[in-house]
Amino acid sequence: MAAGVLTKGLCGFRQPRIVAAGYSCSGPLYATATAVKTLPLQTDSTAVTDEIQNLPLETPDFFRLSELFSLKDLFDARVHLGHKKGCRHRLMEPYLFGSRLGQDIIDLDQTMAHLQSALNFTAHIAYRGGIILFVSRRRQFSHVVESTAGDCGEYAHTRYWQGGLLTNAPIQYGPGVRLPDLIVFLSTLNNVFQQHVGVRDAAKMNIPTVGVVDSNCNPSLVTYPVPGNDDTPAAMELYCRLFKMTINRAKDKRRQMELLQGLSPAGLIHGSS
Amino acid sequence: MLLLSTYFLFSPERRTANMAASGGRTVGSFLWKCGNCCFNFNTVSSNLTRQVLSRQLCVSAVLHRKNLAAAGPEKFSEEFIKKQVEEFNIGKRHLANMMGEDPETFTQGDINRSIAYLFPSGLFDKKAKPLMKHPDEVFPKQRAVQWGADGRPFHFLFYTGKQSYYSLMHDTFTKALAVEKHQDRLRGKDLFTQDAKQISLVGSRWLLKEELEELLVETISEHDYARFIQLMERLLSLPYCSVEEDFVQRYRRQLEIQSSKQQVQPLQYDQHGVAYSTGDGRRKTAMGTVLLRDSGSGSISINGTNYVHYFPVLQDRQAGALRLAISRAMLSFLSEGQVETMRQAGLLTPDPRIKERKKPGQEGARRKFTWKKR
Repeated sequence: MAAGVLTKGLCGFRQPRIVAAGYSCSGPLYATATAVKTLPLQTDSTAVTDEIQNLPLETPDFFRLSELFSLKDLFDARVHLGHKKGCRHRLMEPYLFGSRLGQDIIDLDQTMAHLQSALNFTAHIAYRGGIILFVSRRRQFSHVVESTAGDCGEYAHTRYWQGGLLTNAPIQYGPGVRLPDLIVFLSTLNNVFQQHVGVRDAAKMNIPTVGVVDSNCNPSLVTYPVPGNDDTPAAMELYCRLFKMTINRAKDKRRQMELLQGLSPAGLIHGSS
Repeated sequence: MLLLSTYFLFSPERRTANMAASGGRTVGSFLWKCGNCCFNFNTVSSNLTRQVLSRQLCVSAVLHRKNLAAAGPEKFSEEFIKKQVEEFNIGKRHLANMMGEDPETFTQGDINRSIAYLFPSGLFDKKAKPLMKHPDEVFPKQRAVQWGADGRPFHFLFYTGKQSYYSLMHDTFTKALAVEKHQDRLRGKDLFTQDAKQISLVGSRWLLKEELEELLVETISEHDYARFIQLMERLLSLPYCSVEEDFVQRYRRQLEIQSSKQQVQPLQYDQHGVAYSTGDGRRKTAMGTVLLRDSGSGSISINGTNYVHYFPVLQDRQAGALRLAISRAMLSFLSEGQVETMRQAGLLTPDPRIKERKKPGQEGARRKFTWKKR
């Protein structure tokens, strides 16, 4: 029953039997209160679960994520430092505050807004029991990212990205595999300074993405870009900490809601706090 | 009951002789066999008899299988394997009753012999012969489904494709970081010393790639394996790596001491109390048996005559056979360290080279006929 309820979960139409290739496809989840499709016959428990799921959509900052970070924190973690003028990507120009002695400075006011919406989105996905995949191809921070993912009960991929991981998933993993519902890129570039294959593949598979885009990255395919530095250890640790706290908060909230409504939390939220 | 029989073939010609001894050196008497094609199976010692005679017909699929890993979905479900295990155990007891033996103490060796007796097979292919082994050895180790009822995978590195390998790398790196942190703490308290206790690596080797694959139940490439060894070496290069000794030793295997494989016969004593021992050697169709006597005169005789007079010209193969026979005869008189030295000097290794056969269409074994352009 719990499994049946969950398959209605995010986009309301995920039914693996019907989809020919055997994998589940997820549509984009919008932060606004779109009506979740429900079956005509509803039992009491499904009605209660729907209510739990729709509750966060009524308030703008339900998880109070704006308390987690401030502009000063971002500045101290050196998030505003971009690359040199020569590495600048054309499409990043709107996000830049300016350049100082040849080094681009990212506009932290815009970053604050983008980060807020990105974290809010992540929180909603985690609240609804979605799979979040952390991706980064920077070897310096691979361990930090993997530990973060392990700590919040989500998944990480900081290794060599094999071609068909998202697009050829049933062959790679086995039939009936569930793809991630959100991919968080802590660095959108790979080791040869080209855009990570995962960005394009996630767009192909209709998987929403959150990405930290530096001044040399292409933000166009990322659903929720967060302009910021991806080279400094301090900045990366800040991002990891923020994502971990958001996800844990959202999951705790979900467990709290279920306990209040008297439902068993079995199967709906997997992972440690 | 099974009939046990041993095979022996004796060479047609055999001549023995002894010579007098002189001054404190060992005496050898040689048994010289000349023959083109004679086999002489050594009398096997009693504890080897059964193994030699039961043909190795029940070879498990473990030796032949490929590492399944993430090759595909689970081919055999858990219940199926459990049922197979129950059936195997019941069948084992039936077989024991049939053979009139005690079901409680019926070992795998007993099963193999019973099957060989009940189903004598003239087939040569190992996979074609009748087999009765525990299902764990027959069905290859495979992965159960990696995700739960809600579709969420169990392992946090599932989406990388090689979860066990990458999680091993992650754990190793975590251990390295922990050691470095420990070192920094000690430096802070001024307790850091360069001569900390090191992990002893003598007499052990890293896991082979195949062994690692078996451990992880996953196929890994050579590049991955090299990276893993590199990371472990890096961990070992830290001065305080002994903190993580257990973790490191899990991925090391003890090397077998080669000299312990040498079966040294105990010294035999004749009626006068003189110690003697025999050894035989072969090289290319030349065969020799040596009898070494202790506290002798040092004279060497071959088939009765002095060694100087016996061979008009000493062939290489004859010398090789004699050398091996003498070395083997000497083993009983020497200590372990000397035996190891002899082994490392190559005196105990039989030379396997024989004359290569001539092939049709060629003039010799390798030489081809002269090629003419026209």
